[in-house]
Amino acid sequence: MWTWFYRLASPPHVYRTAAALTPWFFAVAAVTIGYGLIDGLAFAPPDYQQGDAFRIIYVHAPSAWLSLFAYTTMAFAGAVALIWRIKVGYAVAAAAAPIGASFTLVALVTGSLWGRPMWGTYWAWDPRLTSELILLFLYFGVISLRQAFEDPARGDRAAALLGIVGVINVPIVHFSVYWWNSLHQGGTVMRLGKPEMATSMLWPLLAMLFGFMCFFGAVLCMRLRGEVLNRERQSTWVREAVKP
Amino acid sequence: MGGYARFVWPSIGLALGVLIWNVWAARRHHAQALVRARRALAMARSEES
Amino acid sequence: MSIGAFPAMRLILRRELRLYFRRPDQLLQPLVFFLIVTTLFPLALSPRLSLLRDMAPGVLWVAALLSSLLSLETLFKADAEDGTLEQLALSGQSLGVIVIAKTLAHWLVSGVALVAMSPLVATALAIPTDAFPVMFASLALGTLTLSWLGAIGAGLTVGLRRGSVLLSLIVLPLAMPLLIFGASATDRAIGGESPAGALYFLGALCVFTTSLAPVAAAAALRITLE
Repeated sequence: MWTWFYRLASPPHVYRTAAALTPWFFAVAAVTIGYGLIDGLAFAPPDYQQGDAFRIIYVHAPSAWLSLFAYTTMAFAGAVALIWRIKVGYAVAAAAAPIGASFTLVALVTGSLWGRPMWGTYWAWDPRLTSELILLFLYFGVISLRQAFEDPARGDRAAALLGIVGVINVPIVHFSVYWWNSLHQGGTVMRLGKPEMATSMLWPLLAMLFGFMCFFGAVLCMRLRGEVLNRERQSTWVREAVKP
Repeated sequence: MGGYARFVWPSIGLALGVLIWNVWAARRHHAQALVRARRALAMARSEES
Repeated sequence: MSIGAFPAMRLILRRELRLYFRRPDQLLQPLVFFLIVTTLFPLALSPRLSLLRDMAPGVLWVAALLSSLLSLETLFKADAEDGTLEQLALSGQSLGVIVIAKTLAHWLVSGVALVAMSPLVATALAIPTDAFPVMFASLALGTLTLSWLGAIGAGLTVGLRRGSVLLSLIVLPLAMPLLIFGASATDRAIGGESPAGALYFLGALCVFTTSLAPVAAAAALRITLE
């Protein structure tokens, strides 16, 4: 019963499917991100405590969410590849890493831009920002490890293993940073007020979350095609596919 | 933006910039892979003939 | 001829320790590094005792992390280069056994030496003697955990020419929870508070890595050596 799965994960099939999926993901992402931005920036009411500064959440939260989602995707794909020897998994992991790292950076910068008016400083050692920073370091480690190997297959496997170790580590980091922070400063002062969100604010946020996920899907598909091509350069199907 | 414009707009701008960068980088990545695959194909052909 | 896992582990452990003591410079250099790094902080910041006492746990732990990392780089390197590791792997013993023995030897040499050295540094940083037992315990647990994490990193980077920076890049983010709990245990002991919470967490991390890291490090070696 596994044969269909292996056929599904065969490089030519993945290459074609990714190509077919890309425009759909992009279309949905464009619509939802467009709606979310317009509704969130222009029509949602300002927050009663934070005024208009809260609108940063419409790009901050989806980026932060995506940074974790991309990391999990990367680690999961790496695990699948290592355990069941499905090579496409390595391609997915390699494709997800730079996307995730870029969104981690967005989450960090927008978080600090949000911190300036709310906390009075660009950088506070807020637990969420700190664990996001450590997540960025983990991304750097995985990306540089993959590139450090001359043999790409070996780099793939090493990076996959590090990704798995990192994914076990993420909750530990998260927990320890919270614990550390509760020692150092009054936790509630820094906490962004998070009462029940009004639905008029929530809808654009959900749209942005969904839109960013679809965008991730689209870019992942595009990068995945490149990764698959690089890995399968010598095979007949690639030669057929790239014939000018 | 109620006095917060100089924090909100750069955030939005950065996010949109990274979205665009991602598309650009992914396209370039795929294009480079295609070029390399074609080169490998051309080399294989010239060896055959 | 095949022997059980534990006798094999004991053999490798004994060999490792003998090798360490035959090359004492390998043992001493990280310790001297530890001393030098801790000397940098009073020079850079201020020799004021009250300030030093506030920073002491952090300084101590950062220096311990860095010096332990320094010695981890060579954990598998020499044996991988001269083929010993391959011979050991071919002997039918699982790589996990080899990893456990080598990592324990590394900790017995570097970690224990660091703990033994710490009173010297602690006195220089104005840590009161009452806090020493907690400092010993936290450093002992912490360096063991770090040796395990480092074994994974060393396994992943063993075949690489420029592996040392990469090793730090990989291991330091993984070791950050360790730093938090270790430094705060010592900090609380200095402040006269109960360090139990932080020590328990350190112990939990230690047990956790002891049980999982050998598997991961063995997998890493299998990837890089094959």
